[in-house]
Amino acid sequence: MNKEANNFLHQGANPRKRKRERADTRFRWYGLIALGLALSFLVFFFVDIIGQALPAFKQTEVLVSVNYTEEAKSNYNRAVEHKLTHIVSRAWLRTIPAYLEAHPEAVGTSHDEWVPADSRVDQYVKKHEGHGLKSKYQKEVDALQQEGKVRSSFNIAFFETGDSKMPENAGILAAAVGSVFTLLITMLVAVPIGVMTAIYLEEFATDNRFTRLIEVNINNLAAIPSILYGLLGLAIFISFMGVPRSSALAGGLTLALMTLPLIIIATRAALRAVPESIREAAYGLGASSLQTVWHHVLPLAMPGILTGSIIGLAQAMGETAPLIIVGMMAYIPEPPSSILEATTVLPAQVYTWSTESMHGYIERTAAGILVLLTVLLSLNAMAVRLRNRSEKTW
Amino acid sequence: MSTNLETKISIRDLKLWYGSYEALHGIDLDIYSGKVTAFIGPSGCGKSTFLRTLNRMNDRIQGCKVEGKILLEGNDIYAPQVDVVQLRTHVGMVFQKPNPFPKSIYENVAYAPRIHGMVQDGPEMDELVETALKKASIWNEVKDKLHQPGTALSGGQQQRLCIARTIAVQPDVILMDEPCSALDPIATAKIEELMDELKQEYTIVIVTHNMQQAARVSDYTAYFYLGDLIEFGETQQIFTAPSNKKTEDYITGRFG
Repeated sequence: MNKEANNFLHQGANPRKRKRERADTRFRWYGLIALGLALSFLVFFFVDIIGQALPAFKQTEVLVSVNYTEEAKSNYNRAVEHKLTHIVSRAWLRTIPAYLEAHPEAVGTSHDEWVPADSRVDQYVKKHEGHGLKSKYQKEVDALQQEGKVRSSFNIAFFETGDSKMPENAGILAAAVGSVFTLLITMLVAVPIGVMTAIYLEEFATDNRFTRLIEVNINNLAAIPSILYGLLGLAIFISFMGVPRSSALAGGLTLALMTLPLIIIATRAALRAVPESIREAAYGLGASSLQTVWHHVLPLAMPGILTGSIIGLAQAMGETAPLIIVGMMAYIPEPPSSILEATTVLPAQVYTWSTESMHGYIERTAAGILVLLTVLLSLNAMAVRLRNRSEKTW
Repeated sequence: MSTNLETKISIRDLKLWYGSYEALHGIDLDIYSGKVTAFIGPSGCGKSTFLRTLNRMNDRIQGCKVEGKILLEGNDIYAPQVDVVQLRTHVGMVFQKPNPFPKSIYENVAYAPRIHGMVQDGPEMDELVETALKKASIWNEVKDKLHQPGTALSGGQQQRLCIARTIAVQPDVILMDEPCSALDPIATAKIEELMDELKQEYTIVIVTHNMQQAARVSDYTAYFYLGDLIEFGETQQIFTAPSNKKTEDYITGRFG
């Protein structure tokens, strides 16, 4: 007879009970510590990224007198006072000849204008270490600040331009448009093929050696290093099918290859979660296979399929490795206007900037990461919302 | 019992294999029109398998092979030209676990008539749904909430909804695979009462583990054991004077 069972009314004074409770408490603490560690990593990450990224959304501007002379058409450096040519943005200076071509009436006038400052000046004004501004220019900037000719405004250029060799002019628009094009192609290719494959395997295929072989391979494909998909994409789409290198089409198709197994696996899991009794009910009423799947099984599996697809696409969106191989790690100053044009994507742009040495690119790297994270979190939020909504419809 | 018995389904030397395993060893049986026939027997004796051959639900199971003949009003339902979809509109089925579609009560009943193009949506469909629900004795409970989900009903109501759904296709035969095994005694009593009414119009075949239920609801009883039909006869005779020793052992509870 168990002694403990006999003595359960005698409270306290039970060593086994105390030991058990202590073990429970310890176990709970291990869990809390693990959670705390994970949370603190996350907080550290966000604080660091946001702290680095926020300055990138501000751009220093200087008030200068711009002389739109005939001479400036051929030598844009003449448009501002000589000592200011290293203070203002070279990217802005280069736009002056084109501006004068387009607006001949402006020739011969002179205005005081707020113009973007050179990246080194920008970094110096933001008091970042390693700004790289020579000391003679530092004095110049100090003087301008004294006169109130330096201000900081929202960096709209970051969202309006593509990559640039001058950090103050580098933006994410080209990469964002490229990401949208690439992801659209991935979605249009991977989702229908993946869902159809899963439906076939789950609802129609007979269980034999061949289908089992396919199943094992699909599961393995999901675990293959993503860079191999880049090689596959290079071989099939670029070398064999002649899709232009670096294009959104090549990248999108490559990412579709990578996303397919994920979508197939998620869809199959969603289909398998639909109770067999629903299929029996439909078949028992004389519904055909197509009707059973289309009217009953798919609607019930839809939330799972949507979630799986969106998470697969979100992963594709953050993928860089396979895109290096198909040439999307490229310098792209202009947003692409078609899926056949050379383009880059957000994570590739982030990587490109992170390898630059100038400090202006460092904060843009963080800002790019922030934009990418925002998009990914919105995608995941959308997955959750879609799932909740379609779960409620019945 | 009535003398002018009419055979609805006639089964001749039916054998069934799951892969290499022979689950039914040559069954000969007649199911009479307008009667309730009960299949009883211990678990794994093949009674559910046999029931499912009657509307070819076993077709979906891989490696399932059927030999022999099942004649529904003289027509072989395993003949190659048979349309399984048509067959299942003649031979409906109610399952062990209530399995309404996760749609409204109305949609549950209207679904099959719609896919078979029996009536158009509109007043005709409303009438058909109402008739089916009335025949399944559930109309009074659900008439005010036809557009609420069928899955929100109680287990017994769900099962009657499933019966209504089956009736809506206007079948000749209704197969019931342990329809009450997931229900409480009150819900069970209602279903049994319903079966009594339904046999005026339909031929009913029921698989049950509950021998009292078989005795209460059925006119004929078939006792299965290890894939063989041991005994078949009028329920009264089977339960009071079984001619086979095995049947007697089972119904008296000595084994099974």
